[in-house]
Amino acid sequence: MDINKINTRILPVKFQYLAPKTLEEVISFLAEHGEETKVLAGGTDLLVKMKQRLIEPTYILNIKEIKELSFIKSNGNSLNIGATTKLNELENSRIIKEKFIALHEAVKAMGSVQIRNMGTVGGNLCNASPAADLAPPLLVLNSKVKAVSTEGEREIPLNKFFLGPGKTSLKPNELLTEIQIPYLPEDTGTSFLKVARTSMDLAKVNVATVLKLKNGKVENCRIALGSVAPTPLRVCEAEKVLLNSEFTAEKVEETAEKASQEIKPITDVRSTAEYRKEVSKILVRRALQKAYERIKVRECG
Amino acid sequence: MGKKISFILNGVKREVYVEPNELLLNVLREKMGLTGTKYGCGIGECGACTVLLNGNPVLSCLTLAMDVDGKELVTIEGLAQEELQIIQRTFLEEGAVQCGFCTPGIIIMAKSLLKNKTNPTEEEIREYLKGNLCRCTGYVNIVKSIKRAAGKACKKC
Ligand SMILES: Cc1cc2nc3c(=O)[nH]c(=O)nc-3n(C[C@H](O)[C@H](O)[C@H](O)COP(=O)(O)OP(=O)(O)OC[C@H]3O[C@@H](n4cnc5c(N)ncnc54)[C@H](O)[C@@H]3O)c2cc1C
Ligand code: FES
Ligand code: FES
Repeated sequence: MDINKINTRILPVKFQYLAPKTLEEVISFLAEHGEETKVLAGGTDLLVKMKQRLIEPTYILNIKEIKELSFIKSNGNSLNIGATTKLNELENSRIIKEKFIALHEAVKAMGSVQIRNMGTVGGNLCNASPAADLAPPLLVLNSKVKAVSTEGEREIPLNKFFLGPGKTSLKPNELLTEIQIPYLPEDTGTSFLKVARTSMDLAKVNVATVLKLKNGKVENCRIALGSVAPTPLRVCEAEKVLLNSEFTAEKVEETAEKASQEIKPITDVRSTAEYRKEVSKILVRRALQKAYERIKVRECG
Repeated sequence: MGKKISFILNGVKREVYVEPNELLLNVLREKMGLTGTKYGCGIGECGACTVLLNGNPVLSCLTLAMDVDGKELVTIEGLAQEELQIIQRTFLEEGAVQCGFCTPGIIIMAKSLLKNKTNPTEEEIREYLKGNLCRCTGYVNIVKSIKRAAGKACKKC
């Protein structure tokens, strides 16, 4: 429905509201009523959709007050982030800025101060928008998410998480509780770039990369894009072009060209498919160069 | 009739009955008589509905009233108790208010910015106000007012 033709002043749907205090209460409620329930984290996606009547849940389960779901913790090999950790907490995290600059850049590019103060990392992923800004960096960082239900816990690699616009591999009785990001080897470069209509808007295209060289050759290269397919995606064929070769301007151009062939953008209010293909090429090239420069800067001390 | 929630509103403990689907913005305007907080877009884009929840700026058009139960809320009405605060005065002096629709949201944001940063640069001010649209002023005088308010030593701000 056209957002300009609806009354966004009110929430036109009736529902029951619950705000449990413990994780156990949340998952046992989901076990019974998962199908008719929507979890409420920051609400910045959910309430907008409910105003448009795109979703009409019977129950709203507010998980904001569950303290154990909000944290940024180092755990040996990985950095773990709780699902309801606010976007501005990611933005202000020193460890994220130092170790995962691509993720830091992605959060900084999101919405406004108010939106980052309300929105959560779990909400950004579970909403499963093809344009979600945290998806490309978390994909190239090989992140996993943890899903919990009364049946137990399971880990889902992020590249198996997104199924389509608004669709994830979470089951109705499952809650996403944390995101795990493995630490990168020391001399790895990462980057994130986004093109949007205005600095407040969702991406027309966003890109994240991870790059590592060994003896002058590309040892590791991961590229993910958003807003160019039904889900955020890794462009594996493009990655293969660069892998094991030298990091030359020609190779980077070839990689960018391949990435632009691999994506399947559509035309929508934000831009045309043709524009997205063209801009993706340029963004991939620039993002790779940025990651490369970051490695170089570090090498030179 | 809904459920009773209680929260601190502009320093005073208040109780009110709300339905699950009532938004904080509408409860403030229609049930508490505080019409300073504005409805602009209803979808998080304009910032006119910004209030401070537990000290942090949030959008009341995307907040369920139930969600403020037990919390502390400050609206534009809570800023000037007896006299205008420095930030409100610099807005008047610089002509940063034209129709005034965006002003409550922007002043709330300015408060929040100056609490965290005593001397923000123009760029930092503009970045912080990214989510607050003004259709009249062109922002120049708004930025000027905030810079001036920051420059003035003020215990209350
Ligand atoms: C004005 C505006 C600007 C925005 N700009 C951007 C932008 O630049 N980039 C961007 O990527 N996004 C943007 N967004 C979208 C949104 O703010 C983000 O996606 C945000 O991270 C969503 O988090 P939330 O906590 O508010 O999610 P909610 O709205 O609370 O939840 C979103 C969905 O995820 C589900 N969910 C939430 N948490 C869990 C969980 N732990 N387990 C299972 N399901 C869960 C909910 O049921 C719901 O379906 C913008 C939104 C607005 C209104
Ligand atoms: S009315 Fe809330 S952001 Fe516009
Ligand atoms: S003064 Fe009119 S919108 Fe800002």
